[in-house]
Amino acid sequence: MTAAPEQVDRSTDVVDVAREQVLERGVGLTEAQVLEVLELPDDRISDLLALAHDVRMRWCGPEVEVEGIVSLKTGGCPEDCHFCSQSGQFPSPVRSAWLDIPGLVKAARQTADTGATEFCIVAAVRGPDKRLLSQVRDGIKAIRDDGNDIQIACSLGMLTREQVDELVAMGVHRYNHNLETARSHFPNVVTTHSWEERWDTLRMIRDAGMEVCCGGIIGMGETLAQRAEFAVQLASLEPDEVPLNFLIPNPGTPYENYPVVEGPDALRAVAAFRLALPRTILRFAGGRELTFGDLGAKQGMLGGINAIIVGNYLTNLGRPAVQDLEMLDELSMPIKALSQTL
Amino acid sequence: MAYCSYCGRSAEGDHAACEKRLSIIDPPRYCAECARRMVVQVTPAGWTARCSRHGEITSAR
Repeated sequence: MTAAPEQVDRSTDVVDVAREQVLERGVGLTEAQVLEVLELPDDRISDLLALAHDVRMRWCGPEVEVEGIVSLKTGGCPEDCHFCSQSGQFPSPVRSAWLDIPGLVKAARQTADTGATEFCIVAAVRGPDKRLLSQVRDGIKAIRDDGNDIQIACSLGMLTREQVDELVAMGVHRYNHNLETARSHFPNVVTTHSWEERWDTLRMIRDAGMEVCCGGIIGMGETLAQRAEFAVQLASLEPDEVPLNFLIPNPGTPYENYPVVEGPDALRAVAAFRLALPRTILRFAGGRELTFGDLGAKQGMLGGINAIIVGNYLTNLGRPAVQDLEMLDELSMPIKALSQTL
Repeated sequence: MAYCSYCGRSAEGDHAACEKRLSIIDPPRYCAECARRMVVQVTPAGWTARCSRHGEITSAR
């Protein structure tokens, strides 16, 4: 789905090219250009981040979309995604758990209390069965009965057409299904299903009118060329949102001894993805606490990011929501209001 | 005997890496009293961890 990288004139500075192409015209970088960005030396990172921030401000605006996520069904997944502590195929310490409806309602309320406009219900499954869809349906009804009008997203694995329609009928407005990595690297990361199967689910989501949330994880052994390939493959999908995760090497998984992504590499990735996807919601997701620390998170927010997951993740912990909200306030970045998304 | 709630091994010895993970991104996974794997539920604002023998603990936040 991606053509071979084209030749690039290396005598032309890619940051200058991006300024004219992406900032002025809103045209995302090509695969070869993204690779050039990923290969920029450390002393160009500040220029790069400044440009990515300008692109985000020009094509997305100043608001930051805040989201909370929760795991409805944890662990015991039959798939073998090598980064995931919830796979039942690896000796991970994560045990299976189900969140009950009152717990889900409480999590949604905690998320809304932060000012977030998005609440994503996630399950570690290949795809949802009737029991899971029933739990999601009951959970959404209970969240609404609680007087909570936060927008609800779901991430329940691969879907059939009928399941897509069911989620639409439940009022789910956005669906997350990550491609995770470049198509060429995917078979090294997952063997129990294919990149194309994920792509098919994403097309069905789009065709049904739901917003598409699709991103991945940086740092799973992909080359820089594959990182660039991934950015452009995501751009070709035209997702509404791209969550950008950085590998958390979790114990028991095949990637438990992989190194944490270095801060400069992560910042180049943030900027490169923004320059490939100038109009997309680009969300800081898991792993930023290990990769960036506090200082790097600010740099990322000033380098093209315009959305953030606050609070904890599915099985890992995040920074307390108040810390991120204070950071946004310090950076004078307004939180997107719910009324703007309805 | 006490156990590390990150790796489940004896708490004696060097657990600096475990403590770092617990301080940044991980809830406890093993019961500190018996090293059983606990059932852990992470939510946006906290976590609970339940040992089948020693009961439930929760996050401060």
